[in-house]
Amino acid sequence: MLVSALPIPFRNSCPILPLTCVEVDYQIGTTVLLEALSFTLSAGGPTVILGPNGAGKTLALKLCHGLINPTRGTLRWSDAAHDMPGRQAMVFQRPVMLRRSVAANIEYGLAVHKVPAPQRAERVKTMLELTGLVALAGRSARVLSSGEQQRLALARAWAMQPEVLFLDEPTANLDPAATSAVEELIIAIAATGTKVVLSTHDLQQARRFAAQILFLHRGRLLESSAADDFFKQPRSAAATAFLRGELWW
Amino acid sequence: MNEFADAAVLASKLVLHADATLLEIVRRSLEVSLAAVGCASVLGLSAGALLAVTRFPGRKLCIILTNALMGLPPVVVGLLVYLSLSRTGPFGGWGLLFTPTAMVIAQIVLITPIICALSRQTLEDLWLEYAEQLRSLRVTAFGSLRTLLWEARYSLLTAILAGFGRAIAEVGAVLIVGGNIAHVTRVMTTTIALETSRGDLALALALGFILITIAMLVNGTTFVLRELADCDAR
Ligand SMILES: Nc1ncnc2c1ncn2[C@@H]1O[C@H](COP(=O)(O)OP(=O)(O)OP(=O)(O)O)[C@@H](O)[C@H]1O
Ligand SMILES: [Mg+2]
Repeated sequence: MLVSALPIPFRNSCPILPLTCVEVDYQIGTTVLLEALSFTLSAGGPTVILGPNGAGKTLALKLCHGLINPTRGTLRWSDAAHDMPGRQAMVFQRPVMLRRSVAANIEYGLAVHKVPAPQRAERVKTMLELTGLVALAGRSARVLSSGEQQRLALARAWAMQPEVLFLDEPTANLDPAATSAVEELIIAIAATGTKVVLSTHDLQQARRFAAQILFLHRGRLLESSAADDFFKQPRSAAATAFLRGELWW
Repeated sequence: MNEFADAAVLASKLVLHADATLLEIVRRSLEVSLAAVGCASVLGLSAGALLAVTRFPGRKLCIILTNALMGLPPVVVGLLVYLSLSRTGPFGGWGLLFTPTAMVIAQIVLITPIICALSRQTLEDLWLEYAEQLRSLRVTAFGSLRTLLWEARYSLLTAILAGFGRAIAEVGAVLIVGGNIAHVTRVMTTTIALETSRGDLALALALGFILITIAMLVNGTTFVLRELADCDAR
């Protein structure tokens, strides 16, 4: 299957984006893990959350996706019905596989999303082809290698055709060939009008598809700018150092 | 030695000829324990699931309590149920003492904590792993629970079997509340306990044989279920 030929999903007339975050804090106990985050995610090319280990990328994604709640500040989607199944999806850094087959894992999300059974099989098949998992369809999902699991998690999330897709280091466990296959898939997904929000600490990857960069460092958002501007002329010292490969956590 | 050999011969004849008295006792045993397991499963699994996925003040205490109740001595359970069902007790009006229903109640009290504690452990581990993913998929609370129960099905069946094994083999509770009345509340364990002293070794031995077979079946099934669960979790 040609990745470039992804079907354009049906879209709700009332879009979920933009997402506006204003002065958002997240703290556990007395430790402030994210501080005063203000940014906007709008429709368009992928947003890349960039930053070293422990910068708060995963927490920021979970915050946007609604898995954790801000302890201060506001986070507002354009559509109040943003929490309906299938409107937004996330692929975790460590994928969680249900105790069933690869195909059944994809189908589970579709069933939750109330996709009628006949269409489900069709979509599962497409997703398996797109992520190169056809040969593993019947295998127990939990025996897959971590790279295969990451691809399965991507297939499961994308099968629901969400308007926003959060990806937490989607290629961290992948070999070079799989990395470029998944990156190609992500680009194709973005081209269908799905907003991709992705975290990475891989500069080259960020360069390859970012339209917008959010640069996080120690829980603070140091930059929020168009990718071109960021790579040409970072404004913060930390980002400059990070681009040179000299930033330590 | 001779006495034992005679009894063994007689016992095997009872089993082989499907002796009516024997069958009646075995059937009552199974009826009582299966009824108890049915009710205890509903109660224990619900309570276990609740303790696994909810957070409320006093939850830790509940968990400690159910774990402690797992080891309740059957005679004590029998005594407590006896006191509640006896004519002067709070539920004396129901007139349940020395009926099979009383025995079912006693066994429910005995094994609900077992099923609850074991299923809570299983479901809580699974919930820890799944909660975020299910929330991300926007699965409803009810849907999450259904998924959880399904994913844990083999381990939960193991918990239920553990309850059944305990119920079918215990003697203290059913003896006290049932009274071992012939044709009414006689079950395998009470018959073995009392007939041995009264000299009917053949019947006791035959029942012992059947009880061991059931216990082995339960253990065998548990083993298979564990394998299946491991297979699933891998
Ligand atoms: N539940 C928690 N309790 C305490 N600290 C936490 C918790 N979750 C995250 N943290 C801390 O918050 C910081 C940010 O974590 P986060 O997982 O968002 O980092 P990250 O940018 O995704 O890093 P990585 O590149 O390694 O994935 C880390 O220092 C981490 O230790
Ligand atoms: Mg992370």
